[in-house]
Order: sequence, then structure tokens, then C-alpha cells
Amino acid sequence: MSEKENNEKQDAGKVFLDELTAEPSGETFWARAWHSISIPLLAIISGLVLGGFLIAVTSDAVWAAWAQSPWEAVKTAVVEVRIAYTALFSGSLGSPSAIVSALRGGDALEIRRAFNPILESLTASTPFIFASLAVALGFRSGLFNIGAEGQIFVGAIFSVFVGYSLTGLPAIIHIPLALLAGALGGAIWGFIPGWLKAKTGGHEVINTIMMNYIAFRLSDWLLNGPMQRPDSFNPVSPTIMDSAKLPKLFGPPIRFHIGFFIALGVAWLVWWLLFRTRWGFDLRSVGSNPHAARYAGMSIVGTTVAAMSLSGALAGLAGANEVLGLNHFLAMAFSSGYGFDSIALALLGKSHPVGVVLASLLFGTLRTGALRMQVVAQIPIDIITVIQAFILVFIAAPAIIRTIFRIRGAAGPEEAITIRGWGGG
Amino acid sequence: MATTIIERREVEIKSPTRQRVMGVLFLLLGASIWLFFGRGIEAGVETTFKLVPGGFESSLADWTLPALATLNILAFASAFLGGVQLVRGFGKRTNMILGIVASFFIFGFLVWAAAGKSMNLAGLLNTTLSKAVPLTLGALSGVLCERAGVVNIAIEGMMLAAAMVGALVGSVSGSLWVGLLAAVLVGTLLGLVHAVLSIKYKTDQIISGTVINIFAVGITSFLSAKFMQPNQALNDPGVFRPIVIPLLSKIPILGPILFNNNMFVYSMFFFLILIHVGLFYTRWGLRLRSVGEHPKAADTLGINVFNTRYMAVLLGGAMAGFAGGYFTLGSVGRFDEIMTAGRGFIALAAMIFGNWTPFGSFGAGLLFGFADSLAGKLAILGVQIPSEFLLMAPYVATMIVLAGVVGRGQMPAADGQPYEKE
Repeated sequence: MSEKENNEKQDAGKVFLDELTAEPSGETFWARAWHSISIPLLAIISGLVLGGFLIAVTSDAVWAAWAQSPWEAVKTAVVEVRIAYTALFSGSLGSPSAIVSALRGGDALEIRRAFNPILESLTASTPFIFASLAVALGFRSGLFNIGAEGQIFVGAIFSVFVGYSLTGLPAIIHIPLALLAGALGGAIWGFIPGWLKAKTGGHEVINTIMMNYIAFRLSDWLLNGPMQRPDSFNPVSPTIMDSAKLPKLFGPPIRFHIGFFIALGVAWLVWWLLFRTRWGFDLRSVGSNPHAARYAGMSIVGTTVAAMSLSGALAGLAGANEVLGLNHFLAMAFSSGYGFDSIALALLGKSHPVGVVLASLLFGTLRTGALRMQVVAQIPIDIITVIQAFILVFIAAPAIIRTIFRIRGAAGPEEAITIRGWGGG
Repeated sequence: MATTIIERREVEIKSPTRQRVMGVLFLLLGASIWLFFGRGIEAGVETTFKLVPGGFESSLADWTLPALATLNILAFASAFLGGVQLVRGFGKRTNMILGIVASFFIFGFLVWAAAGKSMNLAGLLNTTLSKAVPLTLGALSGVLCERAGVVNIAIEGMMLAAAMVGALVGSVSGSLWVGLLAAVLVGTLLGLVHAVLSIKYKTDQIISGTVINIFAVGITSFLSAKFMQPNQALNDPGVFRPIVIPLLSKIPILGPILFNNNMFVYSMFFFLILIHVGLFYTRWGLRLRSVGEHPKAADTLGINVFNTRYMAVLLGGAMAGFAGGYFTLGSVGRFDEIMTAGRGFIALAAMIFGNWTPFGSFGAGLLFGFADSLAGKLAILGVQIPSEFLLMAPYVATMIVLAGVVGRGQMPAADGQPYEKE
């Protein structure tokens, strides 16, 4: 760890690395593992507890019970929250009894129905994996890519265009081509702010926010104009060719498609790039200490541009995955904020591909379960966004978690996430 | 640090490269007026501008212009200014000339778009003003925070939360003013969250802002779906009515545009002046700015950096809350999910475009508001330019400014850096 002395600014990933590679200071492996996951884990628990609190205080039944006695209200609140969270987890993981009885019955459709929730959760996680890998890669290189949302849109536009306009291709060529188009679209949308950052110092946070809205307007225009489905008055694109659709692995109602495995493959690729290649080392060095990296002869400009382009490409794949795997066409508000959620997930996963995949699986699960919770317990799905914000607070300010749970501070530098200054210094 | 900033500014305005770039830009704008607008128009076609907003009675006659001649004059004038800039340079006045040429271009566009037709110019300007209100107020929130060195990308979230609470409390209490007060309080509260996270816990300010944005989207959608949609009585606060100011509203052209608005427009002007004077002509403002430029020096001189930043961010939050109140109490009269629709980010852009100053932000707010209201008119006029491109213009313009093509903005030197007391 020769770079360690030069560390002025710590990013989350760097801290994670340090923790993984730190000299054993009399601590067991488990103690160290606890160190690196304790904050995310406690943040998730605290977020769910606060979410439960919100469910309780907005429940009519709880207030009705409050009129009788506070104790009644507490009891009702516990029941309400349990109903809600039971629905959340049975809706996202499936109920064990249903799985067992379906397997006993042996009816194929019943079995698929029983396994559907968990596969649906994996399907929902897929865009999160791509998008949060994009943000994580940015963090690793000291860049805050807040523009994943726009890159997702442009990726989707590119890949849906390749999907419907090219005909007569075999799937083995068409699918990779459409995916690459998505990556290219996202990469262009990441390249522009990356280039501006490197060449002019224009801060990537502002530029990527601007690029988001340019992308939204662009897709508005395309879907109302050149890319509108010929026989439709709605702002939707034509449906892509069958040869461009990502294959589904099971029969209906299961929507699970190979996109999930592509996402895992890409996550592995990002890990390999970051931690096993010279380029990844440069990127991380520029991220953790640009001054030292410059003295070491690394190209800040090249790395910044490459990192933003690659980050954009990853986000573009999230868009491609959605249009090629699920919707099969492009509609105006097809991405429900994956790009913004992914900021939270990248931080939760400490900008490490493994952590990011786990965080994405968690949120795919929560989102899927929330749909069922909405039906069973009449709790709007937006509760997940609130929970996510709570979790993000605790991740971003670990000192709060430490205060609540009285954990002693990590040895060495504080785990706060810092990115390079507003002014582009 | 402060001296270097002033030096850089001098150099940037007077540099020969900039002089040439600007000259070419003026020439290009002049050429485009001639090429894109003037050429397609036949001689004798007239453009009519109505100078009275709809629903307002006045004996003022319409303003009729010969389209082609007007465009040719505008094109020539822009080209002439470009020529002068290339040869001699306008020096310090370059930015002013840029403004003039840009307005020539915009006016040329209007003349072209409404050629052979009639366009209500006063109505357009009136819409521009009201669209500029949330942008300017939001940008003022940004100015307050960032001048003290705290980046605020949470304007969007603060406005959204304040808009919802304003509508809810306004409906329940039956009073618009109570609703507005609640909106301001919610903005202040989120400002406090931002301040505690970014000043006390030294969380990265952008992440802290992102947290607030995500939280605001989640909580407003949740509460709105849970309570306000099933029970519309909770979502009917009404709106502040326009107040016609006697005498002033009788001024031709400007009167009906400026002095027949609701309280938010007048408040915007009030806050604009208040914050401008406060920031640049009082001790309070000097202290606030010093904390944003060089906190260490300010600390040495006995200014409490943390308290000053807390105060600035709380005030910024209150301002964003006020801006949020505009959406429900000043404009629509009800809350819809995610109704701010990115205007907080345009406000952020307006602040950057306006060079972190109140009046600059107002100018940018007007410009962006103009693009927005014009986008709504294009379809009516039958112009073949997709309105989406006009709506993109603010974002593209901000990126260009940020890239330093037309002179780099002067952001506070310590913007975004947490202060660590030694």
C-alpha cells in the first residue's frame, strides 16, 4: 500500500480496500468482516425500522386504537407493520408453504407461480446492478456520475432503435448488437461530461444533471416524432424484433430473462477491470489522489474521460436491459428513477462490485415486494424510496449509526465519502 | 485566494482569444438571423405583436412590423457589432453586447415565428415572468447556501416537499398564509437536515443533497397517494389571487405585465433586492461570503464559520420552501406527484448561469422561463421546430457557460468544501 501515505481524500471503495488488505492487527477474519459490513447492515435495519415507524404513524387503524389507549395503539402498530413487512417479503421471495405445496402437486404452472416472486425480484434487481455499477465506477475514479438516469434513457433509445430497425438478423448477432448499441448510447452521454470535466473543469455533477434533462427532452421528441410507432398516437416506439429480445428462461408468468446473468457477468468484468488491470489501478489512483497520480505520470484527462464513458456505458446497458428484456419498446417514463436509486446503491455497496450486486439484489427485492405490500396493506410503493433515503443517510453519515448503536469508530481515517471539489480541482 | 479570483476575471474578459470567439459568435448569430429566419420570408409579410395580455383591457394598438426588413436590420446590426468586436473589441462591455446580440437573435426568432400571424408578446412576457418565479426563488436559495460554501443540489427536493406540505396545510387550515408558512418551515427543516449532514457530519454535500431529493420524492408521493388522492378535500388549498397595483398597472405595456400578479411575483422582487443588498452591502453579507470564499481566514478574524454556514443553509432552505409554495399555492392550487419536474435543477442551473449573484440568477430565470413559455407557443404558431429543443436550451446553455466558452463563472472558492476547525 505505497499509495496510502498520499491519501488525502478517502473514498468509500478505498476504505473498503484498506480494510480488506489491512495487516491483521490482532483481529480475526470475522471481526474484520464485521467491520466492513456492520455499517451497511445497521443502516438497512435502521432504514426498515424507520419505514415501519412511518407505516405505523400513517395507519388509520393505529390512530383509531390510539383513541382507546396508547397501549392499544402500540399493539395495533406492531400488527400493521408486521402485515406490511410480511407482504413485502412474501411478495418478493415467495411463501415457503406455497412453494412446497406446488412442488408436491407437480403442476408446472403452479410451480412457476410459486417461484415467480423470487425470480421477479432478480429481474427487478438487474437494472439496479448495471446502473449502480456505473455510479460505483465513477466513485472509484473520484467522479460523481449523477447522470445515470439520462444515460439509461439514451442507452434505451439506441438499443431499441437497433432492436426494431434491423431486420433479418439471427438472435445471436442481433442481441449483442442491440446491447452494444445501448452501451454506446450511454457511453456518449457519459463521455460528454467526462470530456468537459477533463478539458474545461466543468463539474460533472452539474453537467450530468443537465445531460439528464437533455436526454429526457430528447426522448420526448423522438417518441413524439421520428421514433414514434407508425400506427399509434401514443408516444411509444415500435416493438423490437423477436430476434433482439433477451430470451426468457421459463414460461409465463415468469418474466425472468438472461439479462440478470449478463449483469452478473458485467459486474465480474468491472471487478476484474478495477482490481486486476493496470488501467483499473490508474483509475483508482486518480480517484483517491489525483495529485499523486499526476506525479506518478498517470493521465488524469484520459482516465477521467475513459471512466465517465465506461460509467455511461454501464448505465446504458441498464436501459438496454429494460427495453430488450422486459418492455420490448420504449415509452416515455420507462425508467422509474433507476439512475437516482443507483447512487444510494453504489454507496450502500461501498462502490465494490460485490457490494453493489448485493445492494441491488436487496433493492430489487424490496421494490418487488412493495408491489404486493401496496395491494395487501394499502401502503403506497413510494415507502421504498423513503426507506432508501433513510438508509442512504446512515451510510453517508456513519457517525449517526455509530452514535445510535455505540460502535467504536473504525481505526484510521473516517469513512466519509468525499469526491473531488465542486470547482473541479 | 480572493485576489487571484479578481485577476482571473480581468484576464478572462479582456483576453484576445475571448475577443475573437465573441466576435465570431456575434457574426454567426447575425448570419443565422439572415439565413434561418430572413430568407424564408417574402417581402411585404408583416408580424403583429399584441402588447396587452389576454383578459386585460387597454386601448393600446397592436405593434405591426414588416418582417423581412426587421430581420435584415437585426442581422446587419448583429454582424456590425461582431465586426467591431473583432477589430476593436468592446473590452469590459463585451458581456453587455453579448446580451444585446442574444436579444436581437431572440427577437428575430419571434418576428420570424409570428410572420404573417399575430402573437401576444405581452402574454408571452407575462408567462415568462411567472415561470421565472420558482426558478429565481430556487436560485436565490442556491445563492444563499453556496455563497457560504455549501453546495445545495437539494433545491428540487426542498421545493417538492414544501409544495406538498403547503397544499396539505393550506387545505386543512383553510388559509393560504398558514399553508405558505408551513411550506417555508418544511424548507427550513430540510435545510437543517442538509446543514447537519454536511456541516456537522461532514457528509459530502452532493450526497447529502441527493438524500434530501430522494427522501422528498418518496415522502411526498407516499403521503399524497395515501391521503391526498383518496381525499381531495386535503388537496384543495386554492391559490393566491393576483393583486392589481393601482396606478403602476396603468403604465402602458409594462404595467399589466409587472403589476398584475400575485404575491409571489412581488415577493420575488423583494427578496431579490433584499438578498442583493444584504450580500453585497452589509456586514452580514460580507461575513457570509467570506465563509464561502476562505473559511480559514474568516475563522481567524473571529467569524464563526459553522454558525454562519448553518444560518445560510437554513435561510436557503426557507427560500426553497417559499419557492415550493409557489407551485401549489401560487400557481396550480393542488399538489401532484413530482410536480416540480426538475425545476429545482433548472434553478440550480440559473444560479450557475447567473454567476452566483441574485440579479444574475433572476436574469437567467427570466431567460429559462422565456424558453419554457415560448416552447408552449410554438405549436400554436405552427412553427416546425420541436418545442423539446427549446426546452433543452437552458441545460445546454448552462453546460456552455460551465465550460467557460463565454467566460467562466466565479463560484465561491470554498464552495462544497466542509470546514474543519484546527
